[in-house]
Amino acid sequence: MSALLDVKGVTKRYGGLTANSDITFDVNQGEILGIIGPNGAGKSTLFDLITGFQALDAGQVVLDGHDITGLRPDKIASRGVARTFQKLKPFPDLTVTENVIVGALARTADMKLARDAALEALAFVDLLEKRNHFARELSTGQRKRLELARGLAMKPRIVLMDEVTGGVDQRTIPGLVDLVLELKRQGVTIVTIEHNMQVMMRICDRILALYAGRRIAFGKPDEVRQDPAVVDAYLGTTTHAA
Amino acid sequence: MASDRARMLEVARSERVWPRPPVWAIGVGVVGAAFLLAYPFLFKTPFSHHLMILILLYALMAQSWNVVAGLSGQISLGHAIFFGIGAYSSTVLFIKFGITPWIGLLVGMAISALAAVAIGVPTLRLRGHYFAIATLLIGSSVQIIVQRWDWVGAASGLYIPINRTAPWYYLQFHTSKVPYYYLALGAAALAYLAVWYIRRSRFGFRLQALRDEPDAAASLGIAVARHKVMAFMISAAMMSVAGTFYGQYVLVLDPERLLSADISIIVLLMTVLGGSGTLWGPALGAAILIPLSEYSRIWFGGTGRTIDLIVYGLLILAVCIWRPSGILSLFEERIRRRSGGTS
Repeated sequence: MSALLDVKGVTKRYGGLTANSDITFDVNQGEILGIIGPNGAGKSTLFDLITGFQALDAGQVVLDGHDITGLRPDKIASRGVARTFQKLKPFPDLTVTENVIVGALARTADMKLARDAALEALAFVDLLEKRNHFARELSTGQRKRLELARGLAMKPRIVLMDEVTGGVDQRTIPGLVDLVLELKRQGVTIVTIEHNMQVMMRICDRILALYAGRRIAFGKPDEVRQDPAVVDAYLGTTTHAA
Repeated sequence: MASDRARMLEVARSERVWPRPPVWAIGVGVVGAAFLLAYPFLFKTPFSHHLMILILLYALMAQSWNVVAGLSGQISLGHAIFFGIGAYSSTVLFIKFGITPWIGLLVGMAISALAAVAIGVPTLRLRGHYFAIATLLIGSSVQIIVQRWDWVGAASGLYIPINRTAPWYYLQFHTSKVPYYYLALGAAALAYLAVWYIRRSRFGFRLQALRDEPDAAASLGIAVARHKVMAFMISAAMMSVAGTFYGQYVLVLDPERLLSADISIIVLLMTVLGGSGTLWGPALGAAILIPLSEYSRIWFGGTGRTIDLIVYGLLILAVCIWRPSGILSLFEERIRRRSGGTS
């Protein structure tokens, strides 16, 4: 397996605070990579740096051999990088179908083709029956699925998902997890931020653990779970991290 | 479960991309179009013609503002600039070089679009209110410059010399207002057709997306700043058309009125009142506010000028309280939300 996404020494500072400090990891084609870490660890900032929403102070982001560091967000998206936002951003005054059409239009200018691609994405996230509702009428869980469908309608090579199961009622989580696994089966590469450790340990091929803007562990779920630095960060034991 | 979903997908795919408008909406459209075409023969007084010419021109101007504000979410407070460019382009070309106003119309559109690029490129990249502030200040500056620019008549403005030889070539009609009426109707109809088309195009979808959530739009591959500038260019060119026709209609260019911030504000009021972002909202706003100001001027004489502003204020207040998305949104939602989905 070759690395689809290569993140090298990425750093972001806000004044005296370093949100991301020299973070390096790679994402292989077709894998699910999980990013964990307590609040403020720098997970969402890392997504912003990869997708061009914030300028990085140092480091490099390489997608399939091409340097995409510092490109505008729309340029990066056009190269096949889709993302969802932790703070949801549906287009409230468009219908559910219209929301997803906006994503599908990244690949075609033909309205009929875009509409059909949008319906397929909506079927995939099981939101078809809400297709003619305005996005503002949806529940949080439905909005998350809408955002995912919108990104998937671009037919991306890699999807960055920011807390897809966060803030969603417990019953809908298994459905969302199945979606992620189904995406993987279809060959989409996935990077996901989650707080739900059980879910992460189960679905991820590898896990990147962040703490206070630094990478504290990176590897197979079992290795990361037993890593003393991770245990320390999560449970606050007196073990000293390396 | 999976087959249910497949069946629902088939049903959804078989639906029309654009739902057919309800019968009552088609009826309103047909009756409205027939009324507009027959209007000069139903109402024969010069005043009734004048009133409708103004409504049509302002419906065009408000639609122009709607493209940049309603579709792309940028509040322009300087749209009088493009109104002025349209009027001055055709007039100056005619007075100085004898060029037909039809060419002037196109030149005005081109200059307006270029001016929109010059204003938009530095300001539309910024988030927040910079665009509104910039257009407001540039609008005032343009007025001050034109009022001191002798070549274009400075503060006393320009008079278009009367020429009765070839009305359609010189775009001057001295025996009847009816040609002006059909010109205004044609221009407005073209503008509404263009916006109808834009709203259904990829470009229009992208504008509506970036209007509400620029970050999400960018994450879906939309070049946000470039799309805003393009919307501003289209809007400016539309406004310029209204300027040229207005200049040819009144035959006097007074920079005090043509380039006044009042024009920029009134197109905003009309659009917000009727429904910003909708297709017919700007026309509805113009159809309400123009008669209001014309009749108040008749009923109250010179003092009526302020009465209409008081009524405007009350109307806007009422819309803000009861229907912030404008009067037309009452109907538009019913049309757009198809009955196909379960609730």
